[in-house]
Amino acid sequence: MKVLTKCCIEGKRNIFNLLPVSCRSDFKAIMCSIRKLSTLAKRQYKTYIFLMIFPFISSSGSESDEDSMSEGEMAALKEEVEEKKKVIATLRNQPWRMKKRLVVLKEAQEFVEKFEGALGKGKGRKLYAYKVMMTKKLIKFKRDFENFKTACIPWERKIKEVESHFGSSVASYFIFLRWMYGLNLVLFGFMFGLVILPEILMGLPYGSIPRKTVPREEQETAMDYSVLFDFGGYCKYSFLFYGYYNNEPTIGVLKFRLPLSYLLVGVGIFGYSLMVVIRTMARNANEGGDGGEEGDFTFSWKMFTSWDYLIGNPETADNKYASITTSFKESIVDEQENQKDENIHLRRFLRVLANFLIVSCLGGSGYLIYFVVKRSQEFANMKKDNLSWFEKNEVEFVMSLLGLVCPPLFETIAELEDYHPRIALKWQLGRIFALFLGNLYTFLFALFDEVTAKLESEKVIKNSTEWVLNQYYSNYSSFYNTTDVPPPAVHPSDVIRGPCWETGVGIEFVKLIVSDIQVTYLTILIGDFVRAVIVRFLNYCWCWDLEAGFPSYGEFDISGNVLGLIFNQGMIWMGAFYAPGLVGLNVLRLLSSMYYQCWAVMCCNVPHERVFKASRSNNFYMGLLLLVLFLSLLPVVYTIMTLSPSFDCGPFSGQEKMYDVIMETIEKDLPAFIGNLFSYATNPGLILPAVLLMVLALYYLNAVSKAYQQANTDLKKKMQMARDEEKNRRNNKDSTNQVMKDLEDLLPNKSLIPPPTEEEPPPPDVVIEKGSKSPKMKPGAAAKGVNLQKDVSLAAPNPRAPVTRAPGPRKGPPGNARGPQPGPGRGRGRGGPPRH
Amino acid sequence: MKIFIVPSIISHRLQTISVSAVFLSLQDCTFFTRKEILRLHGRYHELAPHLVPMDYTNDPDCKLPLALIVNMPELKENPFRNRIVESFSEDGMGNLSFNEFVDMFSVLSETASRELKAIYAFKIYDFNVDNYLCKEDLEKTLNRLTKEELTPEEVELVCQKSIEEADLDGDNKLSFADFENMITRAPDFLSTFHIRI
Repeated sequence: MKVLTKCCIEGKRNIFNLLPVSCRSDFKAIMCSIRKLSTLAKRQYKTYIFLMIFPFISSSGSESDEDSMSEGEMAALKEEVEEKKKVIATLRNQPWRMKKRLVVLKEAQEFVEKFEGALGKGKGRKLYAYKVMMTKKLIKFKRDFENFKTACIPWERKIKEVESHFGSSVASYFIFLRWMYGLNLVLFGFMFGLVILPEILMGLPYGSIPRKTVPREEQETAMDYSVLFDFGGYCKYSFLFYGYYNNEPTIGVLKFRLPLSYLLVGVGIFGYSLMVVIRTMARNANEGGDGGEEGDFTFSWKMFTSWDYLIGNPETADNKYASITTSFKESIVDEQENQKDENIHLRRFLRVLANFLIVSCLGGSGYLIYFVVKRSQEFANMKKDNLSWFEKNEVEFVMSLLGLVCPPLFETIAELEDYHPRIALKWQLGRIFALFLGNLYTFLFALFDEVTAKLESEKVIKNSTEWVLNQYYSNYSSFYNTTDVPPPAVHPSDVIRGPCWETGVGIEFVKLIVSDIQVTYLTILIGDFVRAVIVRFLNYCWCWDLEAGFPSYGEFDISGNVLGLIFNQGMIWMGAFYAPGLVGLNVLRLLSSMYYQCWAVMCCNVPHERVFKASRSNNFYMGLLLLVLFLSLLPVVYTIMTLSPSFDCGPFSGQEKMYDVIMETIEKDLPAFIGNLFSYATNPGLILPAVLLMVLALYYLNAVSKAYQQANTDLKKKMQMARDEEKNRRNNKDSTNQVMKDLEDLLPNKSLIPPPTEEEPPPPDVVIEKGSKSPKMKPGAAAKGVNLQKDVSLAAPNPRAPVTRAPGPRKGPPGNARGPQPGPGRGRGRGGPPRH
Repeated sequence: MKIFIVPSIISHRLQTISVSAVFLSLQDCTFFTRKEILRLHGRYHELAPHLVPMDYTNDPDCKLPLALIVNMPELKENPFRNRIVESFSEDGMGNLSFNEFVDMFSVLSETASRELKAIYAFKIYDFNVDNYLCKEDLEKTLNRLTKEELTPEEVELVCQKSIEEADLDGDNKLSFADFENMITRAPDFLSTFHIRI
C-alpha cells in the first residue's frame, strides 16, 4: 500500500500526461478536491484516489505509449499475473466442480491475457511482450511434445486391453516386455550403427580375405538349409559373427577405428544397460513411497483399496470378488485365532523334505547339462554326417526341456510346504532363478572347456602356418634371389585357418537363443492354443466338464515368463560380444513375442484364480535383471582381459590381448600427456587408494541414508502425533480445513435435480457469482481489493458460528457465504466492495 | 462447383478450431491431452447419439442419466459404479454433463494426484452423503465388494475392525482426515484407483 501511495505522489504528473484527454478534467477535479483537504487527510485519501483514477490509466494504457507504471505497481501486477498463472497450473488438482473450475480458468486466463502484455516498461516492454509470447509458445510446444510422446509409446492399447481382462499383474509382464524391447532397440542401435554398418559399408567385401570367405571344403554345403539353420556355412562367415570383422586399425575414408569401436561398444552395452536398469530401479523405489506400517490397516486397506478399478471384464470381476472374499475370510480367521499350529513337527519335516527334493532336482539338472555339453564336444570331434538331428541339438533340447519340466515340478513340491501364496511365489521365483542360473553357468563352464581346447589347437595351427609361410618366404627369396617377396598367391578360401573360438562361442549363443524362441513359441502354441481348442470343442462330447474340470484353459504364467525374458536378456548380453547380430535377432524376437503373446493370452488363457498385484514385485524383477546382468558381465570381461584372441579372425587378431587396442590407440593416436595420465591412473599405488576412497564414500553414504531414514520415520511419527492432536482439538468444532470446505462444496446441489420438489431461493453463492461478474476488472483495484477485503473479513466477527448445526446436504451454499471464498473470489469478488 | 466447395471447407476448419478452443480449457482443467478429450467426447457422444451433439462450440447444456453412463464397459463391472457417477454429478442423482464426465475420468486417470483421488474415493464410499464414513457406509461397501458372501457377524466384525484401525478421534465413524490418513499409506491405492479410457 505504501508503495502505491508513494508512486501516486511521485507519478502524479506522469499520470496526468498519460490520461486520455476526455478523462483529464475528471482527474483535475479530483486533485482539486484533494488539495482542499488537510495534509493528514491527504495522505489517507491518496491511495483511495489512486484507486479511483487507476481504471482510467489502465484503460488508456494500451493506446498511449507509456512509461508510467512505477516499479511497485509493476511488481504487484506481475505478482498477480504470476499468481493467476499458478492458479491455472494447479487448477486440475483442485477438488472443485468442473463448472467452478472452468469459470476460474476463464477469469484467470483473461486476466493473464490482458495484463501480461501491459507489463514491462519503456524500452523493455517489447522484449517483455516477446518473452511472454515465447513462453506461451514454449508451453504450447511442451504440451504438444508431451502429447506426441504419449502417442509414441507403442502397444498402449494392446496392453490396456490385456490389463482390463487379466488385471495389472499380467499387464506388468507386457510392460516389462516393452521396456526390454526399448532397451534392446538402443543396444541394437549402438551395435548396428558403430560396428556392423561401418564394416559393411567401408570394410573389405565378402571373399576378399580368408576370414570373410567360406573355406573350400565347406563350400559345397554352405548354402544347404540344414547348415544355414545351424548357423554354419555362409552364416558363419557373415557379419553376424565376431570372426568376420577385420583387424585393420582404420577403415574407409573416414578412418573409422573399427577394432576400438568394437571393443568400446561391447563394453558400452553393459555400461548402458547397467545405467538404465539402476535408474529404473531407483525410479521404481521412489514411486513405491512409504510402504507404511503393514499391520496397522489390514481391514481398512482391504476394504478401500482391494477393488481394482481397471477391471472391465466379467470373468475377471468374478474372480476378483472371489479373491476379495477369501482374503477377507483369511484375515477374519487370522484375527479370530492366533494360529494354533497342531503339528509343527510334521510341517517342518515336510518343508525340509521339499527343500531337499528341490536341491536334488537342481543338482541333477546341473549335472545333466554338464554331461550333455561334454558329450556334444565329443560329437563335435566326430564326423557331422554320422550324427542324428537329436545328437546335434542335444544341448539346446535338454536345456529347454529342463526349463519346461522343472518349474511345474517345483510348484508341485512346494505344495508340501504349505506357505502363504505370496511367500510361495517368492520361493518359486528364487528356485526357478537358481535353476536357470545353474543351467546357464554349467553351459558356460562347458563352453570354456571347449574354448581352451580350441585355443590349444589354434596354437598348433598358428605355428604350422607361420612355419609354412616362413618356408615360402625363404624358398621364394632363395629361388628368385630377391628380398622383395610378394604375398603367397593362395585363394582366400584355401588358406589354412584356426578354429576361431570367438565365432564358435557366438554360434553357441545364437543357437541357444533360436532354440529358446522355438521352444517358447511351440509351448504357447501347444500348451495354450491347442489345449484351448481341445477343451473348447471336445467339451460338447465328453464325459466330464473339460472347461471347469481337469485340463481347463491355461493360465498365464507370469513368473515363468518374466524369468524367461530376464535370462534371455542375460544370454544376449553375454553373446552380443561374440555375435554382433544377436542383438538384432533379439529385437525381432521381442517384437514378434509382443504380438504373439498378446494374441495367445487374449485368445486362449483365462484370468488367474488369485489375482495378485504386480506393483510390489516390479523391483524384484528388476533386481533379478541386475543380478543377471552382473553375472553375464563376468565371463565376458574375463575373456576380454585374460584370453588371447584368435590369430586369424576378428577385429583383435594379431594382438596379445583384446584390450591392447585401447593401449595402442592411447599410445599412437592421442597426445603424449594422455598416455602419461593413463599410465599414472593404472598405477596400483593410485588404484588402491581410489578403491579405498570409494569404499569409504559408500560407507559414508550408507550411513547418511540410514540417518535420513531414521529422520524420516521420526518425522512421520511427529506428523502423526500432530495430526492426532489437531484431531482431538477440533473434534467438536466445525471444519476449518480448506480440503474439508472443498468437500462440502462438492456435496450434491439439490436445487439442480430436474423436478424441483420444493421452492428454494437460489443459493447465495450464485448471487455472489452474478454480482461480482463485473465486466471489466482493473488490476490495481483488484490487488487493492484483496487487501481491503482481507482487512474487512479479519475485522468482522467470526461468521462461522451459525454453521455448527448438523451437517446436511444444504450446507454447501452457507459454507460459501460465510468466509473468504477459497479460489474464484480472488481478485474478482473482492474488487467489488470499494467500487460499488 | 468450386464456389460451393471452398466455403464449406472453410467453415469446417473454423468449426474444428473453435471446438478445440472449447476443449483447450478442458485440457487446462483436467489431466487429459486434447486427443484424449476428443476421444472422451466421442465416447460420450456414443452413449446417446441422439442427445449429445457432435459440435461442442457453444457448450450446449445436455446431461446424460446415470443408467447410460453406468453401462460403459469401463464402469460396468465396478461394484461402486453408481456411487462413482453420483459423486461426480452436481445434482447428486448421477446426471452427468460432458464437463463432469471428463472430470470423472480425469480424477480416475493415472496422472491425478493422490490427494485428489483420496477426496473422491472418500465421496464414493460415502453412501449416505453425510461427509462421514459410518458403519452403514462400510457395510454397504463390504457387501458390494464381496457380493454379500460374508455372514452378518463377519461383516460386523470387519466393519468394527476397520473403524478401529482408521478412526483417530474415537467418534466411531471415519471423517475425511481419518480416511486420508489411512489411504495415503495404502500401497495399492494409486495403482487400483484408476480407470484407463
